[in-house]
Amino acid sequence: MAVDEGLKNEMQKHGVFILPFEQLYNWSRKSSIWPLQFGLACCAIEMIASAASRYDLARFGAEVFRATPRQADLMIVAGTVTKKMAPQVVRLFNQMPEPKYVISMGACAISGGPFKDGYNVLKGVDRFIPVDVHIPGCPPRPEALIHAIMTLQQKIAGQHLEADVRPRWYHRDGPAEYPIPAFGEHDLEPAVNREVWQPPRNYTDVTNEGIYKKA
Amino acid sequence: MEAIETIRDAVVEAVSGAQVEIIPSTPAAAQPALLVDREHVFAVAQLFKEDARWQMDFCSCVTAVDYLPKDDKPGHIEVVYHLYSVARKQGPVVLKVRAPRELEQCRVPSLTPLWRGCEFQEREAYDLYGVTFAGHPDLRRILMWDEFTDFPMRKDYEPPADYEWEPTPHDSTLDRAKVAGGVVPPTALEEKKK
Repeated sequence: MAVDEGLKNEMQKHGVFILPFEQLYNWSRKSSIWPLQFGLACCAIEMIASAASRYDLARFGAEVFRATPRQADLMIVAGTVTKKMAPQVVRLFNQMPEPKYVISMGACAISGGPFKDGYNVLKGVDRFIPVDVHIPGCPPRPEALIHAIMTLQQKIAGQHLEADVRPRWYHRDGPAEYPIPAFGEHDLEPAVNREVWQPPRNYTDVTNEGIYKKA
Repeated sequence: MEAIETIRDAVVEAVSGAQVEIIPSTPAAAQPALLVDREHVFAVAQLFKEDARWQMDFCSCVTAVDYLPKDDKPGHIEVVYHLYSVARKQGPVVLKVRAPRELEQCRVPSLTPLWRGCEFQEREAYDLYGVTFAGHPDLRRILMWDEFTDFPMRKDYEPPADYEWEPTPHDSTLDRAKVAGGVVPPTALEEKKK
């Protein structure tokens, strides 16, 4: 910035703040995150506890849970995403206005969790939508969700409006909608959106002994 | 409740032609079951519901069990009903009925006309095991989506190979991890870059 740091501090003492527009914009966005009010399993109970008086998510400006995706900035995927529910989750995400963020809460939303070997559970919601923050835990405690919100706030504060590293919604050709999987005869079709998610190739390249070849 | 042998004899006497066999259980469970043939299971169930000796007015549980063929013995799907009497405060009577594993022949009569509570549970057994309940008013999938064609709780079901890496793959998991690693096609973006 062109403004001298000492001068900035001096002016702050008199109630005058000088800062880039980007910083002001990000500050106002991160201080008022409106999550989408929907839960899928037991993690939702922890999410409810986080929003209630004991843990008080309102201290971080994220207490206004909206019952419609049209008014929400943040999707907290709280719980097991079954394959039958996955298209609806993607559709809700598509219906949210940008800028929008996703927190994947708990083992199930991250990877399928204890149901990973099952036929009916999506092995991670990040197979279909871009996830900003993952919270481990089964279920994560309310403090962990609050920590994730703070992590997301840091991420928002660091986003740029103009640079090449700006988020996808500031790119003219960035994806605005994500394809909704269809119900197939054996699985979802497609089973994964490869634009969003790739299997960790170096690790799938395993030998017969079960030892990984170093890539 | 009477001894299972007494019940069996009473059923055989009341329903002519019914083949009823006692399947013993472990001593701890102490719930021997009555295996009834498919042709007479509806009549036997109706007897349990309407006869003053039992008045089984509540069917608490319907499920199926898959038995694979073993040692030249053909496999079968076994449908299990648990009947209780709220009026007489007694039960359960465990009814079992067997059907072949082949999908076309895997049919048993529905007991939904007798106990309305069977409706969803028989739909679940149909959804997961592929048992067709003849006489069911609304037999369609209940847990999996309608387009799904498999019956995932059958022991020969093969789940889709949408498997990824896990830290310590072994046995069948290792095979699946190898397959999942081998069939990763390039994305549209990667194709463009080429």
